Amino acid sequence: MHIPDGFINGATSAGFGAAAAGGLGVAIKQTGRYLSERQVPLAGLVAAFVFAAQMVNFPVSIGVSGHLLGGVLAAVLVGPWAGFVVLSVVLIVQGFVFADGGLSALGLNIVNMGFVGAVGGYWLYRLLLKALPKDGRGVILAAGIAAGIAVPLAAMGFFAQYVIGGTASVSTGTVFASLLGTHLLIGIGEGIITALVIGAVVHSRPDLVYGAPAYAGERTEVLR
Amino acid sequence: MNDTKRIFAVGLLVAILIAVVVAQFASSSPDGLEYVAEQEGFAAAATDHDLGDTPLADYGEALTSNDGLNTAVAGLIGTLATLGLGYGIFWLARRTNHAPPEAP
Repeated sequence: MHIPDGFINGATSAGFGAAAAGGLGVAIKQTGRYLSERQVPLAGLVAAFVFAAQMVNFPVSIGVSGHLLGGVLAAVLVGPWAGFVVLSVVLIVQGFVFADGGLSALGLNIVNMGFVGAVGGYWLYRLLLKALPKDGRGVILAAGIAAGIAVPLAAMGFFAQYVIGGTASVSTGTVFASLLGTHLLIGIGEGIITALVIGAVVHSRPDLVYGAPAYAGERTEVLR
Repeated sequence: MNDTKRIFAVGLLVAILIAVVVAQFASSSPDGLEYVAEQEGFAAAATDHDLGDTPLADYGEALTSNDGLNTAVAGLIGTLATLGLGYGIFWLARRTNHAPPEAP
């Protein structure tokens, strides 16, 4: 999922870099509307957890692997905008410490995983939760399904960037089909991992889960 | 140790175990995007990473001749670095327009 340098041209990468920087500013400001001092360590922990989980590539087909994106996972735990911050932090550490994900592509990756994956994924989660029971099972199911959809959605983010500024001259139609196919498979793993982790937390401490109706902290929106 | 501290400690331990131990069993096959790039013939468009020669590049791939040790070191450093950066940014971002919570 991490775009290296070179796939997308400089102008497009710079444009997305500016969008990602602006988005991070908005996300930090929005997070400041609800995240209390005592939630700071747990929000940092969510970033550490997403980093760790992203190291574990799981096989999805012969010769293909995937790893957790973690956008919906983070957003349901700490809120969509803090989720955006979590994914940005993870991508910054991966890019600058581990040379994973191109530095010129950082904005592209932050938009796909932070904005589409966490903020967009949370919007999907909310939509699904409306149709599900407002208990632990509903939260787990909505989180799992939203996470599963968020992965191909984030891959479509890359597709859009490829259409705008891809450096290779490969037919966009076959790239689209190939991207969608592999990421639908990865999405299944994403959904399962997200459901398991959210399940573990929501069963023991639903009051800590931002996206759960039983959340005890402040939220920027009303959860119905 | 209060409840939040306990949750933090357990969560951090789980994260470290995932990055240091579970990551040893990670699939080494290309991930979705790498695979698509190879299949569709645009993988060669990737250019070298600016920090590709730093010690921890590619999760410490060239750190020692022991792959398991490299992954463990990278996993531990990365988990703690993400925690530190995340903690710092969330600390700066936190809500400050309310009275601080009571001392633990």
